[in-house]
This record gives sequence, C-alpha cells and structure tokens, in this order.
Amino acid sequence: MKKVLIPLVLFIGLVVFLAIGLKRDPREIPSPLIGKPAPHFTLFTLEPGDAKFSPIDMQGQVWMLNVWATWCVACREEHPVLVAFSEKNQVPIVGLSYKEIQPQDPAYKSPFDEKLKLARERSQVWLKRHGNPYVTSVMDLDGRVGINYGVYGVPETYVIDKAGVIRYKFVGAVTPALLAEKILPLIAELNKS
Amino acid sequence: MKRLMLNAAFAVGVALAALSTPHLALAQASDLRAGREAPLMAEDPKLEARLVDISQELRCLVCQNESLASSHAELADDLRQEVRELIRSGKSDQEIKDFLVSRYGDFVLYRPEVKPLTWVLWFGPFVLLVMAAVFLGMYLRQRRALSAPAALSDEERARAKQLLKG
Repeated sequence: MKKVLIPLVLFIGLVVFLAIGLKRDPREIPSPLIGKPAPHFTLFTLEPGDAKFSPIDMQGQVWMLNVWATWCVACREEHPVLVAFSEKNQVPIVGLSYKEIQPQDPAYKSPFDEKLKLARERSQVWLKRHGNPYVTSVMDLDGRVGINYGVYGVPETYVIDKAGVIRYKFVGAVTPALLAEKILPLIAELNKS
Repeated sequence: MKRLMLNAAFAVGVALAALSTPHLALAQASDLRAGREAPLMAEDPKLEARLVDISQELRCLVCQNESLASSHAELADDLRQEVRELIRSGKSDQEIKDFLVSRYGDFVLYRPEVKPLTWVLWFGPFVLLVMAAVFLGMYLRQRRALSAPAALSDEERARAKQLLKG
C-alpha cells in the first residue's frame, strides 16, 4: 500500500514546483540596489533652461523616482494612478524621462541641445495631456543614468529614503493596490525614522 | 573639331559620373551603418574583441535567453556601449562584470559566482545525480533478490511433474 503512494507523492511534489514556476514572472529580477545608496547623477530637468537635478537635492525626505517615457505604452496605463496619487501630496515623485528619443527616431543622431529641446517639448505636451504627477522630471536622453539604476524596462519605480538609500523597486505599471498595500506603508515607516 | 570636343565632353561626363557614383553608394552604406548598428570592428578591433568576450558571458535582460553579445534589443545596445566605455576607461573584465552585477544582480551573469546563495544551483544537479544512483542501486539489489528462483515445495514439485507428463 505504501509503495503505491510513493509515485503519487513525487508527482504531487513535481506539480507543486511547476505550479510555483508558472506563477512566477521571469521578468521580475530582484534588484541588487535595494539597501544601497541611490546612484548619483546630475541631469537637466524638463523645464526649459539650465536647471539641473541631482538626488542630493532630495536629501532629508522620502521620495519616489519613476522612470517613464512618452513612447512607453505601460506608462499610459500607470499614469492616471500616479496622477491621482500625487494629488494626495503624500510623497514627492520625481520623473526620469528615459531615452525619450529612440534610436529609430530620425532625431536620434541630432546634437545634444536639439535632442534635449525636442524631448522636453514632447514630454511637456504629453504631461499636459495626461496630467503631471512629478515635482520635476529629469531628462536621461542616452539612458546611462537608467543603466546605473538597473533599468531594463519602463516604467520602473523606486522608493528612496531620507538618507538617499533605495528601499524598494518595482518594475511595471504601479497599481492602486500596490500603492496601498506596499508603497504607502513603506513610506509611512520611512517617514517615521 | 566640334564633334571631337563633344566627344571629349561626353567622356569627361561619363568619367565624372563613374567616379561619383561609388562615392554616393559608400556614403549611403555608412549612413545606414551609423543609423541602427553601433560602429563595429572598424574602430578598434582589440576593444571589440574584448567586448565580445565579456558580453558573451552576460545575459541580455530584455530577451533573457540571449547573451548580451548576440542580442539586438535596444538595452543590449546601450549596455554594450556602456561596456565599451568601461573598457576604454581601463577597467578589467572582472571590474566590468562587477559593475553590471551591482546594477542588475547575479542574473546578468550566465555563470553566476559560486557562493552559498548559488550552491543549490551549482551543486544541486550533482546531488540529484548521486541520489538517483543510490536509489537505482537499491532498486536493482531488491529486484535481484526478488527474481531469484524460489524453491518449490514437494507438493508443487509433484504437481509440476504430473502436468509435464500430460
């Protein structure tokens, strides 16, 4: 009797492993940056002119960094959620406009100043139409800051604490459920310390 | 005389045209190359060889079963560019890999480091193999014991004799 059960137990074990494997998203790669200081950068902001932004500017407050682009489809889905969230004024969100001008774009090879101008224009128009949840947005034209943050798919969202340490990273479109269950409790906790 | 001059002008024209077309074609070809693909071998063959060496060991994060060397994803392009910069700045292969691991995690390495976290990955298959061998040995021994001809009782022997007689 016992012998008959052995294959059955093995089979069930296998099914459990496969079921877990099916449920997992292979695109979800744990970030090694959690618990590490947010990589430094200085980039032009969305606003015309020479204004620049650096993570040091946010020192002393908990903030979110949201990687986005006007060409990114999932960002369109995420955007209303961020806009609604920003209206509650719970945490400043800084945008990182990631490679606004894509390689297949004829303007890709233009000089930096022209690219910056074009990227700013496009982003402004897009934000005017869809709402602007960002306190400011920085222009990562060549995507190198993105590489420093381990960006491999837009949108991505980071929560950074008062000391400038990355506490959380999410790849994909942020949902109201994620905000309520994960991000908000984390921000509340970080704000306390 | 007039005719000769015309002929000469024609010849010059043809020669000019012949000279200029390959130039045009070349210009177009180089434009195309500059368009999508990063400048290849031409620039610095040594650097490119190292780039290929390093990027074959790295995983493209967008199309996860391709190496960074063979992937055409845009992020792979950017990462190759980043690796090029790092090579130019004099970083060693290990430093470059460490940098990418610090950004993207062990996942970018096709050959993850051997450390407690990756022991299951590295040694798991061998442990399973040994376990399978042990089970196989046990099973074979058991089967041999079972398949040994059982001795017949006197009664059975008598019956068998009767059956054989017909």
